[in-house]
This record gives sequence, structure tokens and C-alpha cells, in this order.
Amino acid sequence: MKRHHPCGSTEHGLSRRAFLNRTAMGSVGLAAGLGDIITSRTTIAEQVQAKSKRVLNIFLHGGVSQLETWDPKPNTDTGGPFRAIPTSVPGMHICELLPHTAKQMHRLSIVRSLDTKNGDHARGVTEMTTGHGRMPGVDFPHLGAVTARSLMPETFVLPGHVLIRSSPGGRNVESEFHSAAYLGPRFASMALYDGNPPKFDDRPGDITDEADVRRNAIRERANERFLRRRRTAETEAYNFSYDQARELLANRHVFEISRETASDQERYGTSQFGKHCLLARRLLEHGVPYVQVNHADYDTHHENFDFHIEQLGEFDQPFATLVADLAERGLLADTLICVMSEFGRTPKINKTYGRDHWGTAWSVVLGGSSIQPGAVIGKTNANGTEVTDRVVDHGHIFHTILQAVGVDSMGEFEIAGRTFPVADPSRGAIAELLT
Amino acid sequence: MTANATVNPQQTKLLKEFKLDRPLTSCHWDPQSRFVFCGAEDFLVHRVDPASGEKVTLAAHDSWIRAFGSSLDGTTLYSGGYDGRLIYWPASAEKPEPSRIIEAHQGWVRAIAVSPDGKHVATCGNDRLLKVWDAATGTLVREFSGHANHVYNLVYSQDSRQLFSCDLKGVVNAWALDADKARALVTVEQLHGYDTTFRADIGGARSIALRGDGGQIALGGITKVSNAFAGVGEIIVALVNPADGKLDLVLQSKDKVTGTTWGLAWHPDGFWVGVSGGGGGGWLYFWKGDAAEEFFRLQLKNDGRGMSLSPDGKQVAVAHVDNHLRTYSLV
Repeated sequence: MKRHHPCGSTEHGLSRRAFLNRTAMGSVGLAAGLGDIITSRTTIAEQVQAKSKRVLNIFLHGGVSQLETWDPKPNTDTGGPFRAIPTSVPGMHICELLPHTAKQMHRLSIVRSLDTKNGDHARGVTEMTTGHGRMPGVDFPHLGAVTARSLMPETFVLPGHVLIRSSPGGRNVESEFHSAAYLGPRFASMALYDGNPPKFDDRPGDITDEADVRRNAIRERANERFLRRRRTAETEAYNFSYDQARELLANRHVFEISRETASDQERYGTSQFGKHCLLARRLLEHGVPYVQVNHADYDTHHENFDFHIEQLGEFDQPFATLVADLAERGLLADTLICVMSEFGRTPKINKTYGRDHWGTAWSVVLGGSSIQPGAVIGKTNANGTEVTDRVVDHGHIFHTILQAVGVDSMGEFEIAGRTFPVADPSRGAIAELLT
Repeated sequence: MTANATVNPQQTKLLKEFKLDRPLTSCHWDPQSRFVFCGAEDFLVHRVDPASGEKVTLAAHDSWIRAFGSSLDGTTLYSGGYDGRLIYWPASAEKPEPSRIIEAHQGWVRAIAVSPDGKHVATCGNDRLLKVWDAATGTLVREFSGHANHVYNLVYSQDSRQLFSCDLKGVVNAWALDADKARALVTVEQLHGYDTTFRADIGGARSIALRGDGGQIALGGITKVSNAFAGVGEIIVALVNPADGKLDLVLQSKDKVTGTTWGLAWHPDGFWVGVSGGGGGGWLYFWKGDAAEEFFRLQLKNDGRGMSLSPDGKQVAVAHVDNHLRTYSLV
């Protein structure tokens, strides 16, 4: 039976045997070898150099309002009731709902000129996290998968693409799973729920180490026999998952925020998002290349202002604490931070004090790694109804994130003789935002 | 209604319309019947003379204004803004300038109540506090803490010795001015919901009023919310006995109208008046208070966001979303 990888190839999987061989050699690899990845414009050395980089993506689901965050327009017909406050960057103002973040803006930059021409949740999530316009029948890999594929060191024993979110039960636009598409299932997301570590089941106490080795050897032989005739992408993914689970078990401490000091836990607060930010810090400190923290929900068609007080009240302090900690611990130089949504919200305030879906003129925040700090890119008009300078979209943001962590976003993945662009070749990075 | 009724709600009709530049958020009839003061989606207080239509703007807030009160003689207007400020104004001045600006709360001032004896002005807000100010000097007299959430509304008892407050989660407290701690009255579960889909709280008393005899507090808002972020829920008025905290009755709309009760008043003829806005449009409701459903309601041209009864009880003013202040005759 042929293997059926998402891309239809048979070449980019890492076999269980290869995996275990690497383990035996002391170089546990959860990622595919570099030989699988050929980029057209970068050398292997450059890729290796880029491997210490990481990406932290904070995804504010439902569509956070740009007017209540990064592009306030106080005392205009669209501005709402909130005031703009100064930040740590002279001349840069953000909404008063973000007082803690305001003190960290010298480490971040704002892109105020997104025009993604979209007001659909699912499409927005897809486009912002894949960098591509949605196309029927075409599945592009998530930013996390591309990042993990590009940055995860061969010897890395943890998952390269981690999603931290609330337990299922929210709306389906809050992704429970990030697809790796043609990059293969091993680069898909591993989800952590509610600030908790993965569920680890310890080996029963009456099974000795020796017995464990013996039973694992039996499992391996059975697997090999099975795989000789029935090798598929799925069976490889199962094996990968099993091997990864063993590694996770050995590294379970990485996921336990209870190991952080009491003062750190207090600084991040008791909210779920606070715990998620602390967990993100812990994962980034352990070198996980891509960590996404979801925060929901901002889809405020009704009572936009009350709900933004509530939601941003949860967001502000933990996020600012995380930015400050990454900087103080020397991680910000290698960690790209992004705060994005699927779209923004209408400048027009509706009759129930709500704002509706709006992809025409909204904002994203970037910082860290090679992002110029303290910059404002692009501009909207006086009441935020249109972009007046430097229109960009999801494609530009995707390129910028990747280039900021040293990935040649204009390059290609070559898989089974087919080439796949790393990012949408019709777009490019926001060059003036990169140092 | 009393035997000597002065109005007939079934006769309610539109009287006048006054157009402003922005959607309105609130309105308040001054005790002398000379003006209706309005808040809007701007940083101004708008003074409208309902007789002449003359409009004057009062500028000193740095955010929207949704809370008003007046001194008993109507000479001083009190306005509370989402900038946290309580501002005193000479109500009838040709070009009113603030006579006092108080940085009253961290975050929004959500409501103002003037004591029936006129000595104090009370405010509440997003800092979860209630504050009592000397009406003459603006000095802080008392500060009360104890609500765990934003305090949405407050009203004085008839004897001016107690305040009744309600927060986001429908927690209703009584505060004696000579005591430090609140007396918990009741938690009106119908006034709050947690939307598990959107992971957000919704509720609170968006309007409040005291019955004429002081024997009942009316708390207006939204209930049975099935979608917090789309505002899918029904209007509600909860009637609470301030003596024992008992929930006497829950007033609703006969046809389960979607929306929020944004304004409430007790009419001296013996009935409750409420205004709503939201998915079901704008409505004026009239409840006798002894039955859950209204005895009359009137569909308005547009959604209501605030309401005020005229001092003689013969008119109501409604702040509408479509940039209009409208007055309605009850006779």
C-alpha cells in the first residue's frame, strides 16, 4: 500500500527507524532532516543560523477592534468612548484600554494599514495564518507549521508547533488544530488546553524499566512488520506521535507552569490568558520554535465597548508582562512577537453599541527579532474608514514574520519533486519594518 | 394607576423631534422643565430647549456622557462621563462652563444619583466603587467598596439615608450612609449571563428607578441572552423589595421583544415606564407592576438608549440611536 501524505509524496516522512536511530545516536529528531527542505535562495548554513529563532503569535479571535487597541480615533464619529494614551514611544498613542502594553511599545511596532478585503471569520483565520488567499480545494500550511518546518533544530525533542488555547467549547473559528498541509502532519499543531500540560499517564508502577524496554521492543517489531506492507502517512504519523509522546513524557516539566516561581505566577495573574502567557514564556525559553496563544472572544457586534474592557482587561497585563520578560531574559532578539486577528471591526458603531466585521483598514502588532522597534507602518484616515498610506494584507504580514526570523519567505519547499512556495510569491515583506 | 390619573399611556404620541449630529446615548429632563440634557457619541453635553428647539453644547468631558443629575432647584447640572469625571455645570447659563470638575472614578462613571434631600450626589463606576459627594462643595463624603464587578447603576432611598446599587452580575446591595459595609439585598440571576461560547459576562442594571413610595427598586436590562455578542436576549425589569431583598416580580415584554431596557421611571400615576432598544427595535413600555406583562406599549421610530420623565409627568424624552431626541406626550 502506498503512503498518502497530504501532498501525495512518499519522501518527506521521517521513519520510526530513522527516528530511533537518531535517538540512539543522541540526536533525537522530531523534525524532518534538512535534506528534505530545499529553499531556492538560502543556504543550509543560513537556515541553521536561523534555527535559534522563535515565533510567538497571539491570536485575538473574533476580530479585535483596531480602534480600541492600536489605532484609536478619539472624539471622532467612529472613535467610541475611549481615549488615546501616550506610549513609551514618543508620538505613538494607543487606546487607554492597554496601559500596560503602552509601556512596552518601544519593543513593538504597529502596522496600521491592513486591507484584507474580508469580513468572514473562517476565511480571515485561514488567510492571516497561512498568508494566502483562501482557494477552494487548496490547503496551505499554517504559519506554525511553516515556522516549525523551517526553524526546528534536528535535535529538538519537543513539538515545534504548539497551540495554547481554551478547552473546546468556544466557537469553531477558534481553531482546535492547525493544519500543516503538504508539509506533513508532524508539523501540525499540538494543542495545550486551559494552561494545563498534556495529559501524561505514568507507567504503571509494577512495570520495571527492563520490562518496559522488552515490551517496547515487541511493539517495534510488530510495527515494522506491519509497515513493510502498509506504510501510509497516517501510520507514520501514529508512530511519530508515539515516539513524541515518549519524549514529552521525559520532558513533561517544560509544560508545567507550577514550576514557575510564585511571584511570576502572580505577575501573570490568575486569568486563563495570564496562565497561557506564562506557559508560552516557558515553551519559548525551552526553544519551541512556534507558540500560538489564542484569546477569545472579540466578535463584539453588541456592546463592543463593554466587552473590549472585559477582554482587553484580561489581555493587557499578561501580554505586557510577557513582552517585558522576553526582553529582560534576552529572548526578544530571537523571538518574533505578533498580535493578530482574523480582521478588525467597523469604524461605524451600530445601534447596540457594537462594531461589526471589517477587513478594510485595521492593525497588527509585530515586535522582536529583526522587527524595527517602536515603528508605526501605514496610516488610516481621520476616522479610520480607509487606509491612506502603505496598504498591506495577510500576505505581507506572513512574509514579514518569516523574514524577521531568518526564513527566506521567497524560497520554496521542494517535496517529492514538486515545489511549494514558502509564502505567497505575489506578496513580499514590509521591508521598512525589518532591521 | 391612581383614580386621579393625569395621563393616559394609551394616548402616548410623538410630540417633537430634535436632531443632533451623533447617535444619542442618554437624556435627562431638568427639574424646571426648561431643558433636556443629552449625551451622544461625542464628548459633549447637549442642552436642548424643548420649547424653542435651541441647542447649546457643554464641553469639558473627554469621553461619552451617559449619566446626569440635577440639584433640586435645577440650577446645577451634574454630568458623569466615561472619562471618570463628575462635572458640575450652571444649568441655564448662556454658555455654560464647568463650575467644578471632579476626577471621580478610575474608568467610567456609569451612573449618578442625587439624594432626595439634595445634599449629596452619588456616583458609581468601573472601579467597582460607589462615591458620595457633597452637592454644594464637591467634597468626597463617603466611598464604598464591596462590589466585585463594575457597578452599573445606583439610586437613593426616599429618606436619602441609603443607596441601592447593582453591578454587572445582578448583585444588588444596600449601603447605609452611616455604615461601612453593604447589606446584600439579592442577586438577580435574570440580570446576568455568562456566554460560554464567547466567554464573556453580559448583564447588569442598565437602568434603575425607585417606586414613588420607596417600596420597590426597578432594575432594567437584558435577560435570557443566547448570544451575548449579537445582543440576542429579551428586555427585563426586575422589581426588588429594598427592605428584605425579595425579588417581587420580573417584568417582561408580552411578545418577548429582543433588546435591553435602557431607561426606567416611576410615574406618579402609579405605573412603570421603560424604554428599550436592540434587535427588536425601540419601544416604550407601561407596566402596572402587579403583572409581568405590559398593559401598553408603543413602537418608536428608532431604538431608545435613554429616557427621562418630565417633571410634570406628562411627557417622556427618549434618546434615540438615529441622532434624535424625541419627546412623547402621555396625554
